[in-house]
Amino acid sequence: MSEQKKAVALISGGLDSMLAAKTVMDQGVHVEGINFFTGFCVEGHTHAIRGQNKAKPKRNNALWVAEQLGIKLHIVDVIEEYKKVLINPKHGYGAHLNPCLDCKIFMVNKAKQWISENGFDFIITGEVIGQRPMSQRKWTMPIIAEQSGADDLLLRPLCAKYLPETLPEREGWVDREKLHDITGRSRKPQFAMAAAMGIDDFAQPAGGCCFLTDASYSAKLVDLWKSHDGHKDYELDDIMLLKVGRHIRPKQNFKVIVSREEGEGRFMEGYKKDFISLRATSHTGPWALIDGNVDAEDIYTAARIVARYGHGKDAEQVDMVIMQPDGSEREIHVKPFAADEIPQAWFI
Amino acid sequence: MIKEILNARRLLCPLPVIRTQDKVKLLAVGDQLEVICTDPGVMQDIPAWCRINGHTVLETRSDDGEYTIVLQVGA
Repeated sequence: MSEQKKAVALISGGLDSMLAAKTVMDQGVHVEGINFFTGFCVEGHTHAIRGQNKAKPKRNNALWVAEQLGIKLHIVDVIEEYKKVLINPKHGYGAHLNPCLDCKIFMVNKAKQWISENGFDFIITGEVIGQRPMSQRKWTMPIIAEQSGADDLLLRPLCAKYLPETLPEREGWVDREKLHDITGRSRKPQFAMAAAMGIDDFAQPAGGCCFLTDASYSAKLVDLWKSHDGHKDYELDDIMLLKVGRHIRPKQNFKVIVSREEGEGRFMEGYKKDFISLRATSHTGPWALIDGNVDAEDIYTAARIVARYGHGKDAEQVDMVIMQPDGSEREIHVKPFAADEIPQAWFI
Repeated sequence: MIKEILNARRLLCPLPVIRTQDKVKLLAVGDQLEVICTDPGVMQDIPAWCRINGHTVLETRSDDGEYTIVLQVGA
């Protein structure tokens, strides 16, 4: 009896990777999932930070998919390694700061390393030709296979019939006839396949699964780099804070991050030992952080901005507490900015 | 049997899951790990991770903004 072959599937938490893994599992291959955490994943963090949709369980979709499929999932922290992908992508960016093609090459390469270290035979992705404008095109498929080093160990079960035979097909580990021929942006074939497989619950992230495809997030990242004298670098805390609050930069030397709701406020409070924090004491209002080196006048400006977003926005005076990272506090009194007094150009 | 504690405070999911996964790799079957977190998402994610990887959640509790999960390493 031949040995059962083993494949690792890149599991994003969406439908396509779920279907791809299931297609191969149904052919008797042992499949385990792998998920890479870059720091820019919409999964997890945003759900955790923001308090809205409290009634909806804040599940991690990659874990959920693995559980539905009955497979193990290995989540890999690639935050540090991912920096070089984002900062200097060989194939450039998409519409925003999304280096989708380099990202896919990077992840498949990491999967290739993983199968070598763990005695697995091949890699599965949920890629579909024509599904994504940058990374999932007919011409990108061989580039990803080649530049990741995976070559013919990379099987895309959802569009395999439009691609050259891979090693798992040639060796008979999977039956090519039972693979699929999906192309294009329509989701109908995937929905039909899901129904046929008895899958009736799956995540459909409306804005994609990566913050780097988001215009507003990308603008904040560009602003961050400009504030670092153009150095394209970041730490995890930097990119986390870009996910929360209103970011307002009155001057080049500092910006103010103002929480938009309670969950963000609680999250930002966790940074009070890293940044100057401020909030109103005479009225209810948001938590805010000052990022940069500031003088007294800058703090006064920041306090007027923060007061604008609290219940004292129409008051003549709002009392604000300014908290230094060392824990010392002092109170100042400000007149909140009127809505039209904050120039649009300050908003990042 | 070893009982270890993992401080995953201030980390947001999936990082507490990743740290748990990495720690469990260093433990033996039957060992226990107590994971202390501040992200409420762990109450969903760590039990889910345990279920799919064959570990047992012995206890979950929350107190004053902290969420604790005690798990036993499976085979």
